Amino acid sequence: MKIGTAKHSYQADEALLTTRPQRLWMGLFALGLCIAPFMLDNYWLYLACLVAINVASATGLNILTGYTGLVSLGQAAFMAVGAYTVGWMQLRLGTPFLLNIVAGGIVAAAVGLLVGLPSLRVKGLYLAIATIAASIILHFVFVNWQSVTNGNSGLTLTPATFLGTPLTDYKQLYFVFVPITALMVLGAANLFRTRVGRAFIAIRDRDISAEVLGISLLRYKLTSFAISSFYAGVAGGMWAYFFRVVTPESFPFVYSIFFLAAIIVGGMGTILGAILGAVFMTLVPELLRFGIDWLTPVLPNAAAMLSPVRTIVFGLLIVGFLIFEPKGLAEIVQRTRRYFHLWPFKK
Amino acid sequence: MSDLLFFFEVTLAGLGSGALLSLTALAFVLIYKATRVINLAVGEMLMLGGYLFFAFAAGFGLPAWAAIPLAIAGGGLVGAVVERGLIRPMLGESPIAVFMVTIGLGSILVGLVELIWGTDPRALPAFMGNTPIFIGEAYVSRKIAIAFAVAAVVIAVFLVLFRYWRGGVALRATATDQAAAYSCGINVPGVFSLAWVIGCGTAAGAGVLLGSIGGISPAMGVFGLSALVVVIVGGLDSVAGALVGGLVIGLIEAWAGTYLGGEFKLVTTFGLLLVALMIRPYGLFGTTEIERL
Amino acid sequence: MTGALDSGATGAARLEVEDLSLSFGGLKALRGVSFSAEPGSITALIGPNGAGKTSMFNCISGFYKPQKGSVRFDGRDVTRMHPPERAALGFARTFQNIALFRGMTVLDNIKLGRHAHMKTGLLQALAYWGPAQREEMELRAEVERRIIDFLEIDHIRNMPVAALSYGLQKRVELARALAMRPRILLLDEPVAGMNREETEDMARFILDVKEEWGTTILMVEHDMGMVMDISDHVVVLNFGEVIARGLPHEVQADPHVTEAYLGSGDPAALMARLKGETGTTGNSGAPTDDRREDVA
Repeated sequence: MKIGTAKHSYQADEALLTTRPQRLWMGLFALGLCIAPFMLDNYWLYLACLVAINVASATGLNILTGYTGLVSLGQAAFMAVGAYTVGWMQLRLGTPFLLNIVAGGIVAAAVGLLVGLPSLRVKGLYLAIATIAASIILHFVFVNWQSVTNGNSGLTLTPATFLGTPLTDYKQLYFVFVPITALMVLGAANLFRTRVGRAFIAIRDRDISAEVLGISLLRYKLTSFAISSFYAGVAGGMWAYFFRVVTPESFPFVYSIFFLAAIIVGGMGTILGAILGAVFMTLVPELLRFGIDWLTPVLPNAAAMLSPVRTIVFGLLIVGFLIFEPKGLAEIVQRTRRYFHLWPFKK
Repeated sequence: MSDLLFFFEVTLAGLGSGALLSLTALAFVLIYKATRVINLAVGEMLMLGGYLFFAFAAGFGLPAWAAIPLAIAGGGLVGAVVERGLIRPMLGESPIAVFMVTIGLGSILVGLVELIWGTDPRALPAFMGNTPIFIGEAYVSRKIAIAFAVAAVVIAVFLVLFRYWRGGVALRATATDQAAAYSCGINVPGVFSLAWVIGCGTAAGAGVLLGSIGGISPAMGVFGLSALVVVIVGGLDSVAGALVGGLVIGLIEAWAGTYLGGEFKLVTTFGLLLVALMIRPYGLFGTTEIERL
Repeated sequence: MTGALDSGATGAARLEVEDLSLSFGGLKALRGVSFSAEPGSITALIGPNGAGKTSMFNCISGFYKPQKGSVRFDGRDVTRMHPPERAALGFARTFQNIALFRGMTVLDNIKLGRHAHMKTGLLQALAYWGPAQREEMELRAEVERRIIDFLEIDHIRNMPVAALSYGLQKRVELARALAMRPRILLLDEPVAGMNREETEDMARFILDVKEEWGTTILMVEHDMGMVMDISDHVVVLNFGEVIARGLPHEVQADPHVTEAYLGSGDPAALMARLKGETGTTGNSGAPTDDRREDVA
């Protein structure tokens, strides 16, 4: 049973982590992140890097869709913009790693602003469809703007160099990606402690009364698009350094659905939700692989089933969470916390 | 061959695929009108229809006149199950959430089809013949001509039913005001099911036609994206919009594909979609939604 | 006062509506309406259903653009301004059907009211650094001191708005409007649908706002008892025109007003309501008499 906490300042009341156990858990988690690379093998490090990339992008989409209520099916396309920017800058300009990543974010944010323009005219599903249109147009640009994107063969990058070391193996990439993602998540959490974040939520909940309060819909909807695509661009930049090949097919439409699914499964409009969702949705296909490997002795052609089964499970997760747990994994976590706070007085 | 004749032939082919787009868009509009659900899985329902026909015609060796109705009925049955199992529990949830459910459904359907029939494209058993048809001097593929005729007949039947059949009237009443329709004794949940059954059946039928022209593959659901453009341009709740929009988009895709190159097909239609959204956010024929303070 | 958060002029201001006309297609919702709301007083806009009260409100807060006429605030023409611009000038409004942000806590809803007066930019927000943090803390302190305590909602500050009763939600909406540091407060049916006790509470809060904050208040209300009790000045609309104006008891006695209401309701009941309710409560006497000359 947890007893109410008494706080002595507003600052303490508005901190990100308000209780001692929360701070303790967060400390343990950070420690875990630091020592994990020394415990994990290469395969799991590969997954950890991928998770970091996906968490960054999902957090961005969550700002736009979960908090501002603007549904976007273009997150993968914005990642592609970031990835191409990074690839182009590395190959043509030879600029340093961090600069490229930030530039990737900024270019993606600029494209995001442009794509966000219809959001001033249309809402909801119409907007979602406008972002599909934008993805298709961007894909066309990637294929046909030969001089920059090298068409269908795409760009091949050399390993990134950071602080004089080339980032060639997953452990090195991990130590760069995880801090970047952590910073981005922290930024998102901070955002919602201030007027900017509150304005986003106000637009999601009731855009007309938001306007009465002096919140400019134009400005904040576009800001939300810009931040979200900045996050996507940075994630895409990391992706480019991770796989080192960027082609028009690297960021298919289904990858955009993946991010939307991640925030649904994780819990829309919560910081924790985007993280949990991205981790979960990245790891489930891998767990399925283990399941299929395990089945192979019994079912000879089980390996061929992997891809369809992943597709089915992906769909089932979206549908299942929407019907049975619409607030996602974050809500399950909250419920568990509440249960232990009240234990043993309430079941 | 003169340029003009070639243009005429391309136009006819465009009208043919436009009719299919109209039919698919109609399935879309039907479901949207009755239940306010944007069914993004309509493309996958179409694909499923193609595969069901394949299963009945090639798998069980049934003749086309038996396999086609079975495929359509199969599509309708899946529609009923989906409505009952996935859509009804979502009643009253945000439209976005329901939209995402249909995206998930699309993924499930693709996975199932891949699991059962594999990922390779297949040809459907021929049932329409191959003798080309000539309109004046212009050549039209026989399959496209038949598809156009069938789509036109089905759409005409729909229009009549919509107007005069009791179920059609109930559907329009539900579309206008669910609560009022309910209190007038219209079985609104029944209308929901009906709309899904007919919508998915129609999509499955369109899938048979489409599959017999270009073959079937698990990826053929992409056709649904073009149909999505049609309904957005035409207006989500407008039958007339679906018809006109389908033909317009079909023509534009045919022209863009022929004169600019195949890769321009999708990008042209979606570019157009963006323009349409900016100028007329609720489509050419759609109703504007007014928000009250 | 936390001076850092201030922007622009403060203090109550006069609102003048002049010859305002609004039509939707052929339907004339307002035809040449003129009236004013005096600084630091409560003006009530009444009239039967469909008289054009809400249209008037929407013109004043900037949702509708009138075809003719002007809205002047503190001597400044605001007729063509968008709602956010008006908010920055000191307009605050509540809605007939509560327009709170249901997904947020009471505290966040109230804080949103201050949005237009704050300065934190995007990059500062992402870092939550220095000025951004300071601004948030000042806001929190002020909201707690001047609004949450004042409206007696300290026990619910961390609750999600969706979980509150109707009366409390209305009070939170008032709190949010106060957080905007209004120079004029527009209340659209502040007590509609409330029971007697809630109505009395709300009436008391509105009077307190007038007295402690000195804000100009303009309200649309159907509850005649409450209108007669707390208003300094009443304007009666019917079919988009002003048919009477004056002190509450003058308006009550006006034959045009009785006639307007007779057309839309049960005459006997209405008369009884008009007379009976002002008879039982009479605290509007003193302040209104003082104001008589300004109004005329």
